[in-house]
Amino acid sequence: MKIEVRGLTKKFGSGTAVGDVSFVVHEGELLGLLGPSGSGKTTVLRLIAGLEVPTAGDIFIDGKRVNDLTVQERNIGFVFQHYALFKHLTVFDNIAFGLKIKKWSRRDSEQRVQELLGLMSLVGLGGRYPHQLSGGQRQRVAIARALAPRPAVLLMDEPFGAVDAKVRQELREWLIRLHTDLNVTSLFVTHDQEEAMEVSGRIIVFSKGKLEQAGSPADVYEEPATEFVARFIGSMNIVEGVVQREQVQVGSLEFPAPGFADGQKLQVGFRPYYLKVAEDPTRYRQQAKLRHIYFLGVAYRLEIETPDGLILRSRMNKEEFRRCRFTVGQAVSFAVTHFRILPQEGMASPHGTETSRPLTGPLTP
Amino acid sequence: MRRVLIGIVWFYFLVLLVGPILYMANQSFSQGIEAFWTEISRPEALHGFALTAEITGIVLVLNLFFGTMTALVLVRQQFWGRGLVSGVIDLPFAVSPVIAGFMLILLFGPDTLLGTFFGQARVKVLFALPAMILATLFVTFPFMVRELTPLLQTLGTEEEEAARTLGAGEWQVFLKVTLPALRWGMVYGATLTVARAIGEFGAVLVVSGNILLLTQTATLHIYQSYVDFNYVAANAVALTLLAVSFAILTILEIAKARAETTVAEAGAQ
Repeated sequence: MKIEVRGLTKKFGSGTAVGDVSFVVHEGELLGLLGPSGSGKTTVLRLIAGLEVPTAGDIFIDGKRVNDLTVQERNIGFVFQHYALFKHLTVFDNIAFGLKIKKWSRRDSEQRVQELLGLMSLVGLGGRYPHQLSGGQRQRVAIARALAPRPAVLLMDEPFGAVDAKVRQELREWLIRLHTDLNVTSLFVTHDQEEAMEVSGRIIVFSKGKLEQAGSPADVYEEPATEFVARFIGSMNIVEGVVQREQVQVGSLEFPAPGFADGQKLQVGFRPYYLKVAEDPTRYRQQAKLRHIYFLGVAYRLEIETPDGLILRSRMNKEEFRRCRFTVGQAVSFAVTHFRILPQEGMASPHGTETSRPLTGPLTP
Repeated sequence: MRRVLIGIVWFYFLVLLVGPILYMANQSFSQGIEAFWTEISRPEALHGFALTAEITGIVLVLNLFFGTMTALVLVRQQFWGRGLVSGVIDLPFAVSPVIAGFMLILLFGPDTLLGTFFGQARVKVLFALPAMILATLFVTFPFMVRELTPLLQTLGTEEEEAARTLGAGEWQVFLKVTLPALRWGMVYGATLTVARAIGEFGAVLVVSGNILLLTQTATLHIYQSYVDFNYVAANAVALTLLAVSFAILTILEIAKARAETTVAEAGAQ
């Protein structure tokens, strides 16, 4: 079922947790709400569930305005960050809880619970109590419990927040499979951009109670609409300079900025893998000193410092790194091959205009 | 050194607990089991037991209800004066029961507003059951609240919210989620309440007037027998009360052990 929120606003005392947010979750979609802690994303989820009352705005589930429906009447499944399993009930009774409340017959509810135990790889654990389960198992029980009464939508608050890294990876893959099988409209909240990218079909990025950008993981990554998104999603070098003769000047670096007026302050961003570094000081035009080498497992990250004192990050795959034989402190040359002129604070992205381009001319030999 | 420490503990235990109990038991039966039986089955003693049971029962029900409610309100609601209420709840622990009784005497005395009101309505509060219940409530009130407050704090509200998202109404949430989470706290609170109510003396003495066959509870009967040099009666009734308290504690421990093994066994399947 489709979820839609329009102009959703929630104020707590004098603070605004959610400010005038509108978006749609399409039927059958798995959508991630991404933002740092305190960005209001959990509040949005609780507002949709009916656990909080909005200060303003409308919420629609399946085209019906649900503002005046209580949480009990909204027919949603909610998965809490810390599971919130009923400690005094067994796994079976936890999953059957909603069915009992909705007065399913004994046979139907038994069948439904068995079906979910199978679906969640929890077969044989029905008689256990929550404290006898691992973190990943508890999380799956929580999802099973939420899904049991066949809710119209599934809402999950940081569903993988409380399990360790390895289990988290398994749970992510498992959730994607589950969603493919069940196709229930799902909305989940996370502060982990990698998780949001991997799990969701579409991402909505939040900051300070405002919607920053909505789009596919690739869109949000490649075409960040705001400076916040650019900084928050993935890693990005961001430098600031003033336009002179259609060029942004950042120390000795120059970035073409056609169409921008002289004297305008602009921010330029580029991903670490678009920053090429060579040990040969004559390979690229720009000079810098290598400050740090970080081993990331699949790749290396180099941190360089330009003569102007800018600290920039570069990412390099293992083969390339081995060829170069870097040592910390040595002089290197570098070039930026792709960059973006970032939309200014509070300004929408100049959509449709090409701001990302391969850089030619001054920076490459 | 270790032996000395253990020895001190044993000595302390024997002198303070076992000794008096054995001596009391011995005195109870000093004139034979017949005399013991006569003393605890005479009408004054039986009336005392019945009155104590009545007060204890009523106080337990009231405490279960108001104690749970108070704990819920204190933990869950933000209101003006919350800190004050929370601090004052422990007052009965600090105030002598005699003072508690005396406060009731002042409050319901014939010259006060409340006293006049109940006087007009011809309801006898002082030197009657109502005042004795109030006095016992005063001294036992903190037990339930103090047992439940930490449990409610650890429980939080997420489980209750989960139940709501699954369609449970407020009563169902309370009965199926909140209450089960509190049950052991309630059992402990109830046990402490009962033990304290059975043993209450000072506050009840002040407000009851200690009228034979009317407002004389079991503990008051012990006191009266002692004052009247009827040591066998005092010891016999005291020993009986002691046995009841001991039985309650034992039942509690057995119930707790059984509940724990049930959970463990269910998990082992």
